[in-house]
Amino acid sequence: MTTQITAEAETMTKPLTGAEILVRALVDQGVDTIFGYPGGAVLPIYDALFHEPRLHHVLVRHEQGATHAAEGYARSTGKPGVVLVTSGPGATNAITGIVDALMDSIPLVVITGQVATHLIGSDAFQEADTVGLTRSCTKHNYLVKRVEDLAGVVHEAFHIATSGRPGPVVIDIPKDVQFMPGPYIGPEEARHKHSYNPRTKGDPAKIAEAMALLAGAKKPVFYTGGGIINAGPKASQALRKLAHMTGAPVTSTLMGLGAFPAADPQWLGMLGMHGSYESNHVMHDCDVMVCLGARFDDRITGRLDAFSPGSKKIHVDIDPSSINKNVRVDIGIVGDAGSIIEDMIAAWNAGGYKKPDLTGWWAQIEQWRARKGFAYRKDPKVIKPQYAIERLYELTKDRDTYITTEVGQHQMWAAQFYRFEEPNHWMTSGGLGTMGYGLPAAVGAQMAHPDALVIDIAGEASVQMTMQEFSTAVQFNLPIKIFIVNNEWMGMVRQWQQLLHGERYSHSYSDSLPDFVKLAEAMGGVGIRAETPDELDAKIMQMIDTPRPVLFDCRVAKEENCFPMIPSGKAHNEMLLGDDGTDLDSAIDDEGKMLV
Amino acid sequence: MPPRVNEAIEKRTFAVLVDNEPGVLARVVGLFSARGYNIESLTVAETDKAAHASRITIVTSGTPLILEQIRAQLDRMVSIRTVQDVSSDPLGIERELSLIKVRGTGEQRAEALRVADIFRAKVIDTTHESFVFELTGASSKIDKFVNLMAPLGLVEMSRTGVLSLTRGVD
Ligand SMILES: Cc1cc2nc3c(=O)[nH]c(=O)nc-3n(C[C@H](O)[C@H](O)[C@H](O)COP(=O)(O)OP(=O)(O)OC[C@H]3O[C@@H](n4cnc5c(N)ncnc54)[C@H](O)[C@@H]3O)c2cc1C
Ligand SMILES: Cc1ncc(C[n+]2csc(CCOP(=O)(O)OP(=O)(O)O)c2C)c(N)n1
Repeated sequence: MTTQITAEAETMTKPLTGAEILVRALVDQGVDTIFGYPGGAVLPIYDALFHEPRLHHVLVRHEQGATHAAEGYARSTGKPGVVLVTSGPGATNAITGIVDALMDSIPLVVITGQVATHLIGSDAFQEADTVGLTRSCTKHNYLVKRVEDLAGVVHEAFHIATSGRPGPVVIDIPKDVQFMPGPYIGPEEARHKHSYNPRTKGDPAKIAEAMALLAGAKKPVFYTGGGIINAGPKASQALRKLAHMTGAPVTSTLMGLGAFPAADPQWLGMLGMHGSYESNHVMHDCDVMVCLGARFDDRITGRLDAFSPGSKKIHVDIDPSSINKNVRVDIGIVGDAGSIIEDMIAAWNAGGYKKPDLTGWWAQIEQWRARKGFAYRKDPKVIKPQYAIERLYELTKDRDTYITTEVGQHQMWAAQFYRFEEPNHWMTSGGLGTMGYGLPAAVGAQMAHPDALVIDIAGEASVQMTMQEFSTAVQFNLPIKIFIVNNEWMGMVRQWQQLLHGERYSHSYSDSLPDFVKLAEAMGGVGIRAETPDELDAKIMQMIDTPRPVLFDCRVAKEENCFPMIPSGKAHNEMLLGDDGTDLDSAIDDEGKMLV
Repeated sequence: MPPRVNEAIEKRTFAVLVDNEPGVLARVVGLFSARGYNIESLTVAETDKAAHASRITIVTSGTPLILEQIRAQLDRMVSIRTVQDVSSDPLGIERELSLIKVRGTGEQRAEALRVADIFRAKVIDTTHESFVFELTGASSKIDKFVNLMAPLGLVEMSRTGVLSLTRGVD
């Protein structure tokens, strides 16, 4: 505390340097945690951090880890994540996470060091054209060449990252600017250079029109997405209310899980390529579709010309470019999902609409539910991956649990078998599908929620991409649990090779996997292995009760496939199920094979 | 979006008012290349020094859905202030300037001059065997002129691409 007061008193007399201005601006923006890695071009900033007790700096092991950790922090708190990396390789290593955040609409502010202004363009040591490299993968980026601009740029960057459709913003700061003395202005006084004020309030006439359409529907559905999470917890509350008032079933994308409680009878489960049987049939057959904060991704629509052919479509999105991008809709409403859902509730009441009689629709839905699309064959001797996640869910559901994932089959099984009741408790890389996301994201989520149970549901291949961040967890006493669904294969790749490439398993088996238990120990954490269904519960309990970082090596059936699956290029009602004995090899036609 | 067979490709001119700052043109051009949109012509210059504003005029083409996307994608960029669809605006004016070099002697040369006269092209340079014409107008007028000059010894040309503004007080 004393250091803080002296530091502030000093600023009265002595102007701040660029580095100090940056640190001050971060504090004034309410930042408490930074994920970073030092280097020559950011040393002045690290110097300024040395004197700033209000900013917790998490030293990662690779800059990609810093960006994913910041994403985990952001998604689990609703606040922007902050990253600090050096020039050149520091910045380029961060790029994967920046693209990931852009694709999944995660607010990040990424600060990169740059060579001194007079050296820019001279191929100086560790020089990279960071603004050029990140132009297409940021919501906006800056090269700050004058210290006078710095404070204003930082405040504007936070505004841009967090308003409208959230996304990553990069601020590239040359080293000489970090040393230069300059003026500080606070967030209130800062005048933004750009007028960026996206619309949040929806058009009342269109909202009224949408409610009239919904009130007359016989087979309605709410198709919700990550935009509800972006809109904050109030939007999730409003969604529950609107769903209950209208009686319509609710499905969500991978990114929106938790916005609507899985325990609610109106919940259909996730939709899309690996979504539930009932949700995809509902989407195909509905007469009115209300899309709230989702973007008609190709994992959702399947074959576009067969996508929900008979429905009127309403689309609420804060980004006008999301509307009519992939699917032409009948009513497009631009604005914040939270505000618009509340206005929808008001418009429903104002229209005097009553909860419609949807008995017939629900009877049909019950038939689809009875088909049990997620069913799998249990095995008394071998742990089935689905079973592992079911047990993990049962044993952790009553705690304050946050789940992150890597990418692959385990990610889909997590989405299918782990049930979420609240928003911001589920973090996964959806748009970019970045293997290696989950472990560092767990680090970020655990930093934000020190007392929570944070679990990365991982694949043994993915987790090795950012394994080194386990060391970060050890250093910062973050008791994250890495639950590796270990099938020895790059399971998702193996599944596609089986279904699309004539069972030619080309380079998808990882030989010489590490002994994860020993690896955990070598890194200063705890390793636990489960090999049979009998011991699984006890081992999971042991994991939960260990107050340290844990690598859990869960040995599962090696060749299980993830179903249902809508083959690429097929329609929703052409889903493959696990037990219907379709000739899988011929289920996907040549055109489908061209798609990802 | 796979192109819909039943949707015709249309040409469209957008006038884009941007913050005049380093990299802004790269952002706009990068958007077009990253998303696979066409650029038929593009002009840019600072138009209001005090307000740090530049005006970019882009002629592009695509299906109505793609054109709607282009507009929305431009509109959401932080450095872009306004996007105006000049082609769909009845008050929209589009003009282009061109410099055209024609080489020839005798009857060919005389004919080139006559055609230039009909188009009200200005002669801005002349030698015994060449002219440089300056012609301003709608792109279609310049296209026509170029077609007529081709058999008369057209050797080189330079075009600015489309500039645009709306008629009236606003
Ligand atoms: C291996 C793999 C398999 C996958 N399979 C599936 C699958 O089966 N099913 C599935 O659903 N996904 C699946 N995905 C994920 C998929 O790729 C997409 O990431 C996901 O479907 C997109 O979710 P979304 O539509 O909710 O959009 P998001 O990417 O979350 O985008 C949010 C949308 O909401 C808007 N928005 C943001 N903020 C607001 C606000 N405040 N108010 C209103 N709107 C807002 C944004 O503009 C955007 O349009 C898979 C991914 C991987 C890696
Ligand atoms: C960085 C990166 N490289 C490659 C891929 C392609 N890919 C998608 S899933 C997958 C296999 C994942 O294997 P594993 O982590 O073991 O999970 P499983 O599917 O077995 O559950 C691969 C290679 C990717 N998504 N990300």
